[in-house]
Amino acid sequence: MSTTQTTGVEDPAVAEATSHADLTAGQRSIKDVLFYVGMLASLGIAFTALVALIALMLVQGWPRLNLDLITHFPSSIPARAGAESAVLGSIWVVGFTALFTIPLGVAAAVYLEEFADKQRWYNRLIELNIQNLAAVPSIVYGILGLGLIVQAAGLGQVVLAASLTLTLLVLPTVIIAAREAIRAVPDSIRAGSLALGATQWQTVWRQVLPASVPGIATGVILALSRAIGEAAPLVLLGGLTFIQFNPSGLDSPFTVLPIQIFNWVSRPQDEFEVLAAAAGVVLLVILLAMNSIAILVRNRFQRRW
Amino acid sequence: MDNSPSADDAPTSADAPQPAATGSGLADPALHLDTPTRAGRREIPEQPKDPVMLLRDVAVYYGGFRAVKDVNLDFGRREITALIGPSGCGKSTVLRCLNRMNDLVRGARVAGSITYHDQDLYGPKVDPIVVRRSIGMVFQKPNPFPKSIYDNIAYGPRVTGMKPGSMDELVEQALRGAALWDEVKDKLKQNAYSLSGGQQQRLCIARCIAVNPDVILMDEPCSALDPIATARIEDLMIELADRYTIIIVTHNMQQAARVADRTAFFTAEADATTGERTGLLVEYDRTGAMFHNPRDRRTEDYISGRFG
Ligand SMILES: Nc1ncnc2c1ncn2[C@@H]1O[C@H](COP(=O)(O)OP(=O)(O)OP(=O)(O)O)[C@@H](O)[C@H]1O
Ligand SMILES: [Mg+2]
Repeated sequence: MSTTQTTGVEDPAVAEATSHADLTAGQRSIKDVLFYVGMLASLGIAFTALVALIALMLVQGWPRLNLDLITHFPSSIPARAGAESAVLGSIWVVGFTALFTIPLGVAAAVYLEEFADKQRWYNRLIELNIQNLAAVPSIVYGILGLGLIVQAAGLGQVVLAASLTLTLLVLPTVIIAAREAIRAVPDSIRAGSLALGATQWQTVWRQVLPASVPGIATGVILALSRAIGEAAPLVLLGGLTFIQFNPSGLDSPFTVLPIQIFNWVSRPQDEFEVLAAAAGVVLLVILLAMNSIAILVRNRFQRRW
Repeated sequence: MDNSPSADDAPTSADAPQPAATGSGLADPALHLDTPTRAGRREIPEQPKDPVMLLRDVAVYYGGFRAVKDVNLDFGRREITALIGPSGCGKSTVLRCLNRMNDLVRGARVAGSITYHDQDLYGPKVDPIVVRRSIGMVFQKPNPFPKSIYDNIAYGPRVTGMKPGSMDELVEQALRGAALWDEVKDKLKQNAYSLSGGQQQRLCIARCIAVNPDVILMDEPCSALDPIATARIEDLMIELADRYTIIIVTHNMQQAARVADRTAFFTAEADATTGERTGLLVEYDRTGAMFHNPRDRRTEDYISGRFG
């Protein structure tokens, strides 16, 4: 009816008709534009920050971004120093973290979603605990790892201790993501499978898990991305910074990229800062590679209902 | 069989040998009880002969709530039995008891006795997994697995440990049995979700008969489908009744009249003291008799209420 006043049309029927015919302007469009600009701005800020970060590291680290960086061990002479042991250390530690986390996390998620009786107090307690554990700061896991794994269990400051600590750190995230993915599988799929005479195990193995692979993969990669960037808990565990050999097994001492970077940044010589930036680029490349694996897995297993 | 062309359910040669004059009620909204139905095509004994399932004083509880009571039914071998009645009267509840799918519902409990081939379906030694291998189920909404058409059919035989001479042959037979083979034979490797709704539902029927069940339960299998796809499924049901015992829940009384040999009418009544609404079986008879001269007032009201 506002059209009647603004356009001066007398006949209400005509006004009605015009108000319906008018599909373009209106106050809403201003809000829409504002909203749109807002969205673009948010996107722009996030994107600019990312690009700036990468550009900064690339420019700063450029002089040292070559194969020498990953084929030399750390050294007190900047010109000869490299991050070979740190790159391999990161790969070893995160590789074993993945090996421990995926089966444990998925099994826990399957139990909680498919088998646990949610009325039971202990299942509810487990759930609550997992939620809370996901929010515990990583340094606390470092303390836990040092006390429980390194000292009490007597493993020492080795790759296995680091992987187990990081496993504890990221397990809650993986469980939560895997549960989400499993819950997203419609019940009609389970009912269809059970109605054919499949057991609950067969239903989980052959229907539910394959259908939730994309979601689980995403969760796992996010969690491992967090693990590969962690320095704090591993410093506590005794990740060393001056390792002139590559890890050779679960029982070898180790360092990882974030620790190496931290060490280089805190050195007085400027050359080490260049090295730190270059190593940061390497860390980013590893992260990107992990994310592309996740995308590949997701596309390979893409499902729709 | 209708011959109107449809984009996704194009008529194919597979439909040619189907029984005549089953979809004729579709064009006319009125219920034509005189149209030839399955019941009219063959002799239906007054009482089911060698019944496959016997229900005696069955009541079903969800926790403390009694959803249905006093159900006494005999399901005849290779007959189509329809369960009809207003919403909430417990048709789905009764149907799910017949292959122990109600076991999956928390707090669901069955009282009375359900006998399947002289065995107590709820006996202590009975394994619900084994029960479901003989008593298959088709759901209201088509629920194919997110797999290829082939794998959808092969899934049942694989998980139940069937060792067919040739899985390809078994898949073909099941798809032929569900009148779907000609439409999908060139795209067996395609995802089942690429099929139309009607095709998906026939795929679910094919999936069900691939494990060679004895009884097929269908809970409103056509309610998500258009009239043409519905007619095809009805034709299919009549064809399948030569080999399987079929029990179907439907809200569509024309459908019951078209396909069912016998019909069971349920209703829900509030308890005088507690006010709790419990479903019960009102009348069970041959479909023709039930629709022509219902014995119970409530049946008559329901039938004429819809079609009067
Ligand atoms: N899983 C369940 N838990 C608790 N109550 C249920 C459950 N399923 C059904 N009921 C109750 O049991 C009664 C019968 O339900 P049911 O689904 O069997 O009815 P129906 O005849 O199939 O209805 P409709 O025609 O709408 O499908 C209803 O009162 C319903 O609320
Ligand atoms: Mg129902």
